[in-house]
Amino acid sequence: MSETILEINHLSKFFGKHEVLTDIDFSVDTGDVTSIIGASGSGKSTLLRCINLLETPTSGEIIYRGPNIKKIKGGAPAYRTKVGMVFQSFNLFNNMTVLKNCMVGQTKVLHRSKEEAKKEAMKYLEKVGMAPYINAKPRQLSGGQKQRVAIARALAMNPDILLFDEPTSALDPEMVGEVLNVMRTLAKEGTTMLVVTHEMAFARDVSNKVVYMNGGVILEQGTPEEVFGNPQHKETVDFLARFRN
Amino acid sequence: MDRISQLLNDVSATLSSSYMQYLVGAGKTILLAVIATAVGCIIGLACGILQTIPSEKDDNPVKRAVLFVIRAIIRIYVEVFRGTPMILQAVFIYFGIPYFFGNGARLDITFAAYLVVSINTGAYMAETVRGGILSIDPGQTEGAKAIGMNHFKTMTSVILPQTIRNIIPQIGNNLIINIKDTSVMFIIGYTELFAVHKAIVGAKFIYFPSAVIEMAMYLCMTVICSVLLRFWEKKLDGPQNFDIATTDTLALTSGMNTYIKKNKREDIHR
Ligand SMILES: Nc1ncnc2c1ncn2[C@@H]1O[C@H](COP(=O)(O)OP(=O)(O)O)[C@@H](O)[C@H]1O
Ligand SMILES: [Mg+2]
Repeated sequence: MSETILEINHLSKFFGKHEVLTDIDFSVDTGDVTSIIGASGSGKSTLLRCINLLETPTSGEIIYRGPNIKKIKGGAPAYRTKVGMVFQSFNLFNNMTVLKNCMVGQTKVLHRSKEEAKKEAMKYLEKVGMAPYINAKPRQLSGGQKQRVAIARALAMNPDILLFDEPTSALDPEMVGEVLNVMRTLAKEGTTMLVVTHEMAFARDVSNKVVYMNGGVILEQGTPEEVFGNPQHKETVDFLARFRN
Repeated sequence: MDRISQLLNDVSATLSSSYMQYLVGAGKTILLAVIATAVGCIIGLACGILQTIPSEKDDNPVKRAVLFVIRAIIRIYVEVFRGTPMILQAVFIYFGIPYFFGNGARLDITFAAYLVVSINTGAYMAETVRGGILSIDPGQTEGAKAIGMNHFKTMTSVILPQTIRNIIPQIGNNLIINIKDTSVMFIIGYTELFAVHKAIVGAKFIYFPSAVIEMAMYLCMTVICSVLLRFWEKKLDGPQNFDIATTDTLALTSGMNTYIKKNKREDIHR
């Protein structure tokens, strides 16, 4: 049984006079793996950032499990514990070890005991294959390793949904695979994910929904078969053609 | 050559009769400088936390007004205490309070000295911390927000620890300036190292030899402080290498708290 976790209604975002997102509508059900694709500058990052309130939407609403997120008790911080985010540039805490990175949110925000936080952190660090590196500082890791720790950090908060903003775009090509593998595993296990990506193979093979954005609007959305197999717009066809060669 | 041996004679004579006074003076100087610098840092960090509370257009007006007032107060504080001589600030606090409220309200000399130097250092540190916070990659803040940290937790767990590391050189500057500049506290009768010099040379004609002693003592204190600060910097940077934790991870998850603090291999194998 899948239920709707997140519903975005008529969301728009202006930076000053510049309209970056126009009338965005879509929803995420439990277990969905949604890929957001589209050219650079089409507003994908801004959409993700609006969803976890790093940017304030100019208008429209975001409904999380029933209530509008503006009404959630505890405000944005409480809501964000439920909506994890993995950034293109990792954003690991430079002053902490790998283990501490994965524990600090649990102890400081969820008020878990140290023992419990550590157990949870280790569980996810093992899952992403970073358990041997718990004593390393972020500066001592490669990009792919950093991103896997960032994924473990987000997972350790036990979020309902994970947002990924181009998680492999800052990585050297040989490291893309290790991160995508982790994401594939998560998808198989039923983790609800919303992934901005340029990895068309991932979008096609792993996700069950694909959203194509163009110029701040959602031009097309559907199953991978629909969007990749039978695109309805010329822009989509052109965009996808650039990835086939 | 005999001027130098004369000087050495005078210095040793002065020291042998008054070394206790010099030592007590140096002790009072270093204590005042260290404590006031520490308090100044705390003031600076607090200002840093308060000044960076984000305010957005759609926050409620009361919150925005409060934030505006907080920022205005910090600005005024910084401008006033950075923009006036510490010697006059001491006069204002030590003589100004009794002027309005009578002699009963006069502060204790030592307390007044600590207060003035702390507040003065705090004004500089507020700006230093603000600069330090600005220099941290905004991604750090976003990473913290994304796991649900509020402003205070973001600051205390993620941003300020990195800021402190980056501003240690500036903290060192302030400490060293304070070691020297606390000498102006003679104005309210605080007898630190320089005041000792004045007292001793007032009694005897040994102005230059005493100045030589003072120079050497100031230099000793400042150099020791520099070395200690460097050491602190290194310590905050942590080890250059890390251990790969190769043992079975079940051992790790069974409540071994010490492992987090000491990353020695023995701990893993226990
Ligand atoms: N903070 C900002 N201020 C002003 N314009 C911005 C800001 N962030 C993004 N934009 C603009 O919004 C548009 C969409 O950006 P973004 O969401 O980053 O696109 P994408 O992630 O799809 O590449 C771009 O034109 C970009 O210049
Ligand atoms: Mg982007």
